[in-house]
Amino acid sequence: MSEGLGEQILGKHASVAEVAIKLGEMAAPLSRDEARVEADRCYFCYDAPCVEACPTGIDIPGFIGKIRTGNVRGSAVTILESNIFGGGCARVCPTEILCEEACVREAQEGKPVTIGSLQRYATDVLMATGEQPFTRAPLTGKRIAVVGAGPAGLACAHRLAMLGHDVVVFEARPKPGGLNEYGIAAYKVVDDFAQREVAFILGIGGITIEYETPLGPDLTLDHLRQAFDAVFLAIGLADPNALGVPGEDQAGVMDALGFIELLRQDPVQAAALARGNVIVIGGGNTAIDAATQVRLLGAETVTLAYRRGPEQMGATKVEQEWAQTHGVTIRHWLAPVAIEHSAVAFGRTRLDAGKLVVTDERVTLPADLVLKAVGQSFLPEPLTPASAPASFANRIGVDQTYQTSLPGVFAGGDCVSAGEDLTVQAVAHGRDAAIAINRYLST
Amino acid sequence: MADLSVNFAGIKSPNPFWLASAPPTDKEYNVVRALKAGWGGVVWKTLGEDPPIVNVSSRYGAASYGGNRIMGFNNIELITDRPLDVNLREIKSVKRDFPDRAIIVSLMVPCEEDAWKKILPLVEDTGADGIELNFGCPHGMSERGMGAAVGQVPDYVEMVTRWCKQHSRMPTIVKLTPNVTDILAPARAAWRGGADAVSLINTIMSIMSIDLDAMAPTPVVGGMGTHGGYCGPGVKPIALRMVGEIARDRAMAGLPISGIGGISTWNDAAEYIALGSGTVQICTAAMHHGFRIIEDLTDGLSNWMDQKGYARIKDFQGKAIPNFVHWEDLNINFKTLAHIDQDLCVQCGLCHIACEDTAHQAIGATRVDGKRHYEVIEAECVGCNLCAHVCPVDNCITMNPAETGLAFSTWKEHPNNPLRVDNPPLSTKALV
Ligand SMILES: Cc1cc2nc3c(=O)[nH]c(=O)nc-3n(C[C@H](O)[C@H](O)[C@H](O)COP(=O)(O)OP(=O)(O)OC[C@H]3O[C@@H](n4cnc5c(N)ncnc54)[C@H](O)[C@@H]3O)c2cc1C
Ligand SMILES: Cc1cc2nc3c(=O)[nH]c(=O)nc-3n(C[C@H](O)[C@H](O)[C@H](O)COP(=O)(O)O)c2cc1C
Ligand code: SF4
Ligand code: SF4
Ligand code: SF4
Repeated sequence: MSEGLGEQILGKHASVAEVAIKLGEMAAPLSRDEARVEADRCYFCYDAPCVEACPTGIDIPGFIGKIRTGNVRGSAVTILESNIFGGGCARVCPTEILCEEACVREAQEGKPVTIGSLQRYATDVLMATGEQPFTRAPLTGKRIAVVGAGPAGLACAHRLAMLGHDVVVFEARPKPGGLNEYGIAAYKVVDDFAQREVAFILGIGGITIEYETPLGPDLTLDHLRQAFDAVFLAIGLADPNALGVPGEDQAGVMDALGFIELLRQDPVQAAALARGNVIVIGGGNTAIDAATQVRLLGAETVTLAYRRGPEQMGATKVEQEWAQTHGVTIRHWLAPVAIEHSAVAFGRTRLDAGKLVVTDERVTLPADLVLKAVGQSFLPEPLTPASAPASFANRIGVDQTYQTSLPGVFAGGDCVSAGEDLTVQAVAHGRDAAIAINRYLST
Repeated sequence: MADLSVNFAGIKSPNPFWLASAPPTDKEYNVVRALKAGWGGVVWKTLGEDPPIVNVSSRYGAASYGGNRIMGFNNIELITDRPLDVNLREIKSVKRDFPDRAIIVSLMVPCEEDAWKKILPLVEDTGADGIELNFGCPHGMSERGMGAAVGQVPDYVEMVTRWCKQHSRMPTIVKLTPNVTDILAPARAAWRGGADAVSLINTIMSIMSIDLDAMAPTPVVGGMGTHGGYCGPGVKPIALRMVGEIARDRAMAGLPISGIGGISTWNDAAEYIALGSGTVQICTAAMHHGFRIIEDLTDGLSNWMDQKGYARIKDFQGKAIPNFVHWEDLNINFKTLAHIDQDLCVQCGLCHIACEDTAHQAIGATRVDGKRHYEVIEAECVGCNLCAHVCPVDNCITMNPAETGLAFSTWKEHPNNPLRVDNPPLSTKALV
């Protein structure tokens, strides 16, 4: 029943609401009683391992203790003090490899305190009031340019605003949020949460965002350095990697990121693509998210093909199980060798003395849609031809204070080489870079 | 299988578990359900003179702790609010239908001999196995010169007990109030008055909490509250101590004790029995979970007795009394040291911060290969046990006896004791 790549018949269009219902929400919020019960499971550890495992170092026993005493506003402030994206991180963090993996109850009984769900509970309560709990220090008169309105850029902007500086954010796209808006799976952030969170963050004041104003030929780094007291680069990874196999350019083959973006921005249109047999190529959480969403939207079969084994997958175990329980078939040790008219040809792979080799054995799987999710790379073009900061490991190089090789130019988030490509990591970079910028400006 | 039956001051009961005088024993309907479920006996909700009292709404307060409901419970109810003849009729019917169970009738009438003379024959006529004198209710009744108002005055306790022994043939249990400084005083008064047994504790005067919106004690009755009687798991340690004091008192040796206060499990009951109780009474746990808890109370106690080789309740009753001593009789040369089982430790750091901040700086916090490591510094440990209490992992911290090489010795002989026996001060010398 394969119709050939790119030949999907656009079915009866579902409404945006219907698409949202199909996708559902990954985790339901906790009720007040559930939160109290879960909070009671926390031991209030001293020198708590969970805190160390959180890239933003949230005082986890502290905020959970406040839920326990009914001081929910205080709890939310404790979270947001360390991580202004505390609400978003509560939804998107792979807690199973962060705080919850380190929770002593995981060691004790294999059941960590569900820190993420408690964090969501507390921040939801505060955000529902519309209150911005932070105030700005006396204005300094300094102006900082932030490039990129993703988690790193906005976390930096919020902290700079708190410290009394004025911030202008230059964003290439028409909407703020970065991958929170364009990349994160829809079932993790329902009800337009990414935009509500940005509005909450901007509530501090002192931050203006210039949309559709990319850093590039018309707005160079040199110009920003002249016009502002400091610059923070947070432009993420703009360039999805290619497979490098024949047939990659035909219709019906798209970047998984592009598909997710379409889904987040035009759900009806994306739902229409989710038909027949879909093959997702990759092993990270982008692959998992794309595969699960395309399946939830109605694709008949969804196969996630990864060239190595389950242990090597970038996606966590929880994510892999999530996809599998939602009808995605995960096949390991398959590397694409060619994309045909309505199928993908894979070569079976194996490890040879630690090196991945593609054998002669071929496996061909039918495909109506192919989604490529083999990572994104840093795209250095916006920084050239003007004098660009030095790079490191193909991204922007920074020191421990997020300063680049150029004085007054800082960078953080996915576009730098330090740390993992996670929202929470980007937030930590942004916050700490703001503190470093503040120090730079006051010396 | 262990034999759980008891003979308590002449009252036979198939097991030591009685429902205490309270709402669970308020009327025939409840009592029949309880007896059918397997309770050994009931102490009927306290009867009084007609016209019956009236209760307010609402009536209960409770404390939750650590997510658990009803760690403590309090009430501002009074004695039965039903007419005397209705209660008496129902008691008679229950005793007729359940001849093997212990049916005790709790009584509270004014502190006048005639009042007691009048009610006692009516109770005797029901065929009940015994009476329990409620000298404990801390609210509502004491303002009328009954309940705790009597229980706090040893002379009254003795006098009323004597009347009951004079005017009835029924075994008389005196229920003591804990709202006194010395529990031995009313217990001895009951004993002098001829009581066949004592039961304790009744509830403790309490304010459960303040409703910070209503700005009134809970339970809030139309905007105001009053003190009530505290009971439930939270009172068990207080009650156990009072039971122990009476049990080890030489003069009253052999006086049967019905232990009451915070009993929720067979384990709690076993502790009361080990400290001398012949029966135990339960209220809050039944009000929390219903009568069905009797199944595990009896089954659990029986299994534990089998495991320990106790064939009858008597075989372990009172076994802990000789070991309940005064502080000055403890071996001051005995020492334990905390020990952390590193395989069980989950590195929560709670032992460290507790000992570091509030005890003896005897648990070191270090990192071994980057991993948190907590270790007892034996030279600093005084064996206080704080760490073992805060550790969330069962058996992770154990207190192990340490060899001191010193002989048994008590504070009475200790050189720091100015009153030590080998060096009595002048004033005591003059006395001896
Ligand atoms: C599909 C997908 C799913 C993911 N799921 C998760 C998840 O579940 N949990 C998790 O923790 N992480 C997840 N991540 C990773 C996470 O989204 C990123 O680590 C995080 O968003 C990085 O933040 P950032 O601010 O550095 O970059 P981005 O979020 O990429 O933001 C960069 C911003 O800069 C703008 N920009 C780019 N170039 C320019 C320019 N030249 N001029 C001006 N503006 C520019 C972009 O438009 C964007 O708004 C996911 C990533 C992907 C791709
Ligand atoms: C280990 C310990 C020792 C105590 N020693 C004393 C004491 O020497 N003098 C005193 O007045 N109270 C003493 N107390 C009682 C406390 O001061 C306090 O009144 C009691 O613990 C009740 O308060 P809390 O339970 O809210 O902490 C002690 C309490 C504890 C736990
Ligand atoms: S490690 Fe777990 S139990 Fe300990 S403080 Fe963190 S969340 Fe609480
Ligand atoms: S027993 Fe007391 S002194 Fe010893 S380690 Fe534990 S808390 Fe510290
Ligand atoms: S309290 Fe127990 S589990 Fe926690 S660090 Fe100490 S010994 Fe380990």
